[in-house]
Amino acid sequence: MSLKHDIEFALNGVRKRVAVDVTMTALDMLRDVVGLTGTKYGCGEGECGACTIRVDGQTVNACLMFAVACDGHDIVTIEGLAADPKADALREAFVEHGAVQCGFCTPGMVVQAAHILETNPNADAATIKRGLEGNLCRCTGYKKIVDAVESACCGGR
Amino acid sequence: MNAAEKPVIVADSLIGQRIQKKDAPEKAAGKTRYIQDMVVPGMLHAKILRSARVHARILSIDTSAAKALPGVHVVITAADVPDQQPIGVARDHLPLKGERVRSLRDEIAAVAADSEEIAEAALRLIRVEYEDLPIVAGPEDAIKPGAPLIHPAPLDAEGRPKTLPPKTPVAFAGKADNVAMRFDYTHGDLAAAEAESDVVVEDTFQLHYVTHCCMGVSGVIAEFDASGNLLMYSNTQVPFLHKREFAEYLDIDPARVRIIQPPIGGGFGSKLDIYPFEVICIFLARAAKRPVKMVFTREEEFLASPTRQPVLLTLRSGCRKDGTLTFRQVHTLHDNGAYTSWGATTPFVMMQTFSSLYRVPACDYHTTVVYTNNPYAGSFRGYGNLQATFAIEQHMDMLAEKIGMDPLDFRLKNAQDAGEVTGQGMTFKSCGFKECLTTAAERSDYRRKHADNIANRNARGPVKRGIGIASMLHVGGGAKIYPSDGCGTILKLDDFANVTLITGASEIGQGSETVLSQLVCEELGLPISAVTVVNNDTAITPWDVGVHASRTTFIAGNSAIGAARMAKAKILAAAARKHDCDEASLDLRGGFVVKADSGEAVVELARLMRSLHFSDKAELVMTTFYYEPPSVHQDKGFKGDVSAAYAWATQVVEVEVDTDTGIVKMTKVTGTHDVGRVLNRLGLEGQIEGGVVMGQGYALTENLIVENGVTRNPNFRDYKLVTAPEIPEMDISFVESMDGEGPRGAKGVGEAPSICIAAAAANAIYNATGVRIFGLPFTPEAVYRALRGVTSKPHWQAWKPE
Ligand code: FES
Ligand code: FES
Repeated sequence: MSLKHDIEFALNGVRKRVAVDVTMTALDMLRDVVGLTGTKYGCGEGECGACTIRVDGQTVNACLMFAVACDGHDIVTIEGLAADPKADALREAFVEHGAVQCGFCTPGMVVQAAHILETNPNADAATIKRGLEGNLCRCTGYKKIVDAVESACCGGR
Repeated sequence: MNAAEKPVIVADSLIGQRIQKKDAPEKAAGKTRYIQDMVVPGMLHAKILRSARVHARILSIDTSAAKALPGVHVVITAADVPDQQPIGVARDHLPLKGERVRSLRDEIAAVAADSEEIAEAALRLIRVEYEDLPIVAGPEDAIKPGAPLIHPAPLDAEGRPKTLPPKTPVAFAGKADNVAMRFDYTHGDLAAAEAESDVVVEDTFQLHYVTHCCMGVSGVIAEFDASGNLLMYSNTQVPFLHKREFAEYLDIDPARVRIIQPPIGGGFGSKLDIYPFEVICIFLARAAKRPVKMVFTREEEFLASPTRQPVLLTLRSGCRKDGTLTFRQVHTLHDNGAYTSWGATTPFVMMQTFSSLYRVPACDYHTTVVYTNNPYAGSFRGYGNLQATFAIEQHMDMLAEKIGMDPLDFRLKNAQDAGEVTGQGMTFKSCGFKECLTTAAERSDYRRKHADNIANRNARGPVKRGIGIASMLHVGGGAKIYPSDGCGTILKLDDFANVTLITGASEIGQGSETVLSQLVCEELGLPISAVTVVNNDTAITPWDVGVHASRTTFIAGNSAIGAARMAKAKILAAAARKHDCDEASLDLRGGFVVKADSGEAVVELARLMRSLHFSDKAELVMTTFYYEPPSVHQDKGFKGDVSAAYAWATQVVEVEVDTDTGIVKMTKVTGTHDVGRVLNRLGLEGQIEGGVVMGQGYALTENLIVENGVTRNPNFRDYKLVTAPEIPEMDISFVESMDGEGPRGAKGVGEAPSICIAAAAANAIYNATGVRIFGLPFTPEAVYRALRGVTSKPHWQAWKPE
């Protein structure tokens, strides 16, 4: 019924080859084909950021990206960050500052925060808030998330 | 250990510390498996066909093409489940609708297939013929004479109402009018109180539709084993109530229903009832003889999960010149939607705020909840209290202004004190209300700013600053909503002094695992890391009434403390026997049994536990339960207590109103909460900040637009949640009133922080501009229009069903 495409890409530093439907999103591929469920579905329309991943160093809403578009690219998900010692301080900051409640938004937040820190190591609170604007959280009121990211800036201030 | 080596153990109390959430590391690493992430071998995927019409008779449903689609296992409609029973508070709701649809969310058919895509394709093949019926678009239409009935009584072949046995549920018997519920309450002599009043104000307030927007959408997996026992993986906040309801529903022994709750992606009250999708998933699993998983899309979550109830509310309030409140009279009209869920019972909570937040000698309260063809309302953090507080706290400001009194002094004059028994018969054993008022006012410099802002109203420039104050009273020690409120605990201490805490209380992100561990460790002198919490399986955990009503810390906390104290007594008795001393001279600290006075170590707890194992031939297991203290339930006139303790808070909101654009910016919130006692400071701050921002959304940005029964904005693009750059500066402080019954003095706080924000924002906008807005939300358009005087004031008056 549907057309399958073979694609190959780097996923969290490991080469990966999968066959996907042309209509499939990168989010569904990660969750259902590859089996990495850390990237979340929150809206499927690019409005909540729960599905944030990094593609060649840029953050992208995986729900808005076709799986076939991953072909030849370098994809990092929350699972990749969880295994990356460079991101330890950030994840620990989320824990220490109480930035996690139900935790459903957290993987997307952490991926986005890692991106903010990498592209702007001196980000102040206002910059961090703007950087997290596309990530919705219903539980925390964002304050502790911003605190966590700020504390992880330049290894903490 | 010889005497010379015995260390002195100094261990700080855990109470009031910043304790990291136990489940946070897993969640921050993306390793937590929510229901959406779960795969059960052999499972099918289910989808629901919802109504294409707002109000219609169903003439026919044809599922033959859907059934023929490869990969489709089961298609069901109401005709396939003749045994289906009505659900919900008023038993007016059949999960699958066969004859009539009453709202756009209504479930007509459901499919279980090999994949979600196939299930969706199958839905598109189902043909439904409708005959449209007139739409009841709002509550005022619902009570007009001759209004179309939402649940008309069924007719027999001759067109006469069918005779049915008494107590037949509304779903089968229908209802002769559109009134779903009615609450009437009164205390004091209203006429006399009004006659004594120097000033009377009356206004109608209009509260809108909002919805929970849990980031994790609704989902469930149902499966039957070979013997017909039901296993549900469910996000519910009330697993034990579900267990009983599903058992009744399937007509099987409750022992044969087991509910496992994977970690939950947000609750806020949305998962407090039993919903059609859960029952439908059970039907599908039964028919397919396979596990069936059903997960909503975000659009479906907007359309088909419950809402906060929209309310039209007329409040009449009076006071004397000296600032003494005299009376309050309230008439409200609630939009129930097409079916009755917990939303219909929120007037019960609203009533408490009207009668008892301030001392008011006479209170008369009448509320009607009516059926419409709109989405139906459920329970949502604050449970009616946001709506009531919005009206009351605006009137407090208006009365104060009329008698020329400072709004803070006016509130202090009428605020409750500890020891008070209110007109409604509620007893405030601990009450830090006045301290909340003065603390929040001082920390925000309320008096000075309030006066300055008025003086600056006519200053140049479009942006005006405002400050507003509002307070709240809410249950904080369990809630007598069900016949009983309790929680059981099983506590196991192993040979290495590790604790397994098995509790009925669910974790929905609020941090219950952490605070319960903290309370246990405080008793047993152990680090938080020594505790494993098991809290998500009805086959293992003892009974609990569910996560709601800000009750978990209080009820489950007391239960956990009870178990820990039993264990401690047993441990100290054993240690005293072994070490030949008086058990009263011993204590547990830092993983040791110590001498209570000097802290000198007597024996390492793990060592003692191992020796106990050999003498007792068992690990140490304690079971206990806590039921809220015996107190009288409310009588038929709603007089009496609803909780063992009450929480108080004052919030001061500061805004900037751009009078050119109508844009209101919330710049700062100063909140002071009487929490009884601070247990986990980090968790408490998090709950309050989250609640404040939820309140901000209610006040400024969130609006589920329902027109003629159609939800116009079922997505995050058009339904605006507050985002990170918009949050106010937050100054959160605590009053510790040390509740006598609370665990270590604590009271519940989960709902409190979202309750006063909209009311305080309304007062702040008035302070900035001199314009009072009686309806929510304060969107730029609404504010712009109000500032230009082109808003029509909402209107509602006393009404009684015949
Ligand atoms: S799921 Fe991708 S942005 Fe919401
Ligand atoms: S922690 Fe629950 S949505 Fe952010």
